[in-house]
Amino acid sequence: MPILEIDRVSKVFGPDPASVVPLLEQDLSKDEILARTGHVVGLRNVKLDIEPGEIFVIMGLSGSGKSTLIRHLNRLIDPTAGEIRLQGRNILSANRRELMEIRQTKLSMVFQKFGLMPHRTVIENVGFGLEARGEPRKTRDETARKWISRVGLAGYEDRYPSELSGGMQQRVGLARGLATAPEILLMDEAFSALDPLIRHDMQSVLLELQKELNKTIVFITHDLDEALAIGDRIAILQDGMLVQVGAPSDIILRPATGYVRRFVGNVNRPRALRVRDVMAKGAAGEGTERLRADQTLEEALPVLCQNPEGVGVADETGEEIGRIDLAAIVGAISPPSDGKDDAA
Amino acid sequence: MFPDFLEWPLETWVNDGLDWLIINYGGVFEAINWFVLQILLQIEWVLKSIPWWAMIILMAALAWHAARNWKLPAIVVASFLLIGSLGLWDLAILTMSLMLVSVLIAMAVGIPVGILMAGSNRANAIITPILDLMQTMPPFVYLVPAVMLFGLGKVPAVIATVIYAVPPLVRLTSLGIRLVDQEVMEASRAFGTGRMAQLFKVQLPLALPNIMAGINQCTMMALGMVVIASMIGARGLGEYVLTGIQRLDVGKGVAGGIAIVALAVIFDRITQAYGKRMMQHRSK
Repeated sequence: MPILEIDRVSKVFGPDPASVVPLLEQDLSKDEILARTGHVVGLRNVKLDIEPGEIFVIMGLSGSGKSTLIRHLNRLIDPTAGEIRLQGRNILSANRRELMEIRQTKLSMVFQKFGLMPHRTVIENVGFGLEARGEPRKTRDETARKWISRVGLAGYEDRYPSELSGGMQQRVGLARGLATAPEILLMDEAFSALDPLIRHDMQSVLLELQKELNKTIVFITHDLDEALAIGDRIAILQDGMLVQVGAPSDIILRPATGYVRRFVGNVNRPRALRVRDVMAKGAAGEGTERLRADQTLEEALPVLCQNPEGVGVADETGEEIGRIDLAAIVGAISPPSDGKDDAA
Repeated sequence: MFPDFLEWPLETWVNDGLDWLIINYGGVFEAINWFVLQILLQIEWVLKSIPWWAMIILMAALAWHAARNWKLPAIVVASFLLIGSLGLWDLAILTMSLMLVSVLIAMAVGIPVGILMAGSNRANAIITPILDLMQTMPPFVYLVPAVMLFGLGKVPAVIATVIYAVPPLVRLTSLGIRLVDQEVMEASRAFGTGRMAQLFKVQLPLALPNIMAGINQCTMMALGMVVIASMIGARGLGEYVLTGIQRLDVGKGVAGGIAIVALAVIFDRITQAYGKRMMQHRSK
């Protein structure tokens, strides 16, 4: 059962949002609705199921509604229409107290500009969520200390956020999010404010942690490379509407619309695609050399240059599941030409 | 001449209104009068019973606590010595206690009102024009109703001072809270913080530098008004200057003026230093 169900959620901004809802069903663009009614459409009939333990990336450009959507999940914003179910329960019917409890125990959030309290030290920031639910200082500090060292900031407990670099501040933000032991971690462009090298580090930190924690993570980004690097599944949002949902390889190899295709055009395909995505299933064939199914094409290329006629593929357990050759890789990594369907 | 029939008897109305207030709610004003007087007498008694040298040491220590350097305590000591050497110590203490009581009452009223204004656009829309009015009104105007309601003496002086000095504190409290980073506010909500906890753990601590600036403004305006309020019987340095004016005694006026400036320097610098210290770790 999905842990989070976003069921036909729409959000309209303006003086009388409910009056615009019927228009959403019609074939009118966001701009036409704005011109006609003076209301801005934030989200339009978004329907998504998020499974427990997956990293679900929602990606879109600015104005696509991605930040609005993630704020619906902990009700920092309430929808104009639709339902949001957390573990089967509609959170829109929760009252103030219940909502506070949901936020204290089930969901936490990491912010783009970190959202740290500048007047609190690192340990006080990390313990903030625990403080909110009334845990005593001692257990709070104990838990906070554990998470601070988990994100690699041991020794910085008594520093203030202004004394830390951006990457370190976001580690604090991540530790704060994890300290309450939530089931779902919401990350709103969490790494977008960091420079590229640090961003890459943070992605690795997150993936590393996720291996052990197995949380449900909803991650917002405008960067497709980032989405492909960390996402188990990716949803693409355009003008408040869902355009495509799928695994990274689906998005790259089978873009649903011209919009997605344009996005995908600039992707570093050898790094984003894995052997599993382009191999021919079946027998491993001749040769002793083996590639692992979860290796990227970038890693596979040197091996294949040595063996252009093909190499067998094995899964994590060593079982042989298919074969890959250079031609398949070249076919998959050459960017699609516009307008043509290029399903691999 | 402006036609008679377009004139309206505002003056009569206001006077009648005040009379009505005094007749029907005299007890309320008596109670306020008594309450303010008690605070005032307590503070006066405390300040008067501190020997001059102890007062100087205390204030120098406060200055050091605010600024963490020796320059400010030196300024404070020098200012107090100047006041004492002009023979105005006792009067300065009277002025100080009036000012302190006024600032305390202004804080008790102004900070909650500022919080209310920051939290509600409707309250903001209603209170802002009232603050505008209070700030454009010449300070003398407050003296008349204060005297009518509370008689002559210290209490009306304090009331008029509070009315005069409270607007900047209200405005800066509201501004400080509104300026708190929206993402920080979102973060505190996202972790399930209640409204009260949010106010006391996030908004007020982060607004503190602005609130401190408001207290600084409030203190300076209170000091100015306490001097003017000598006209309705508040004793202290203002009264000294006022006699100087009435008797054309320039020396008296100058000495009193210098003592007032010295007091202003002391309180301005100390409150500013506290404000500056609070900026640490609070701005990005």
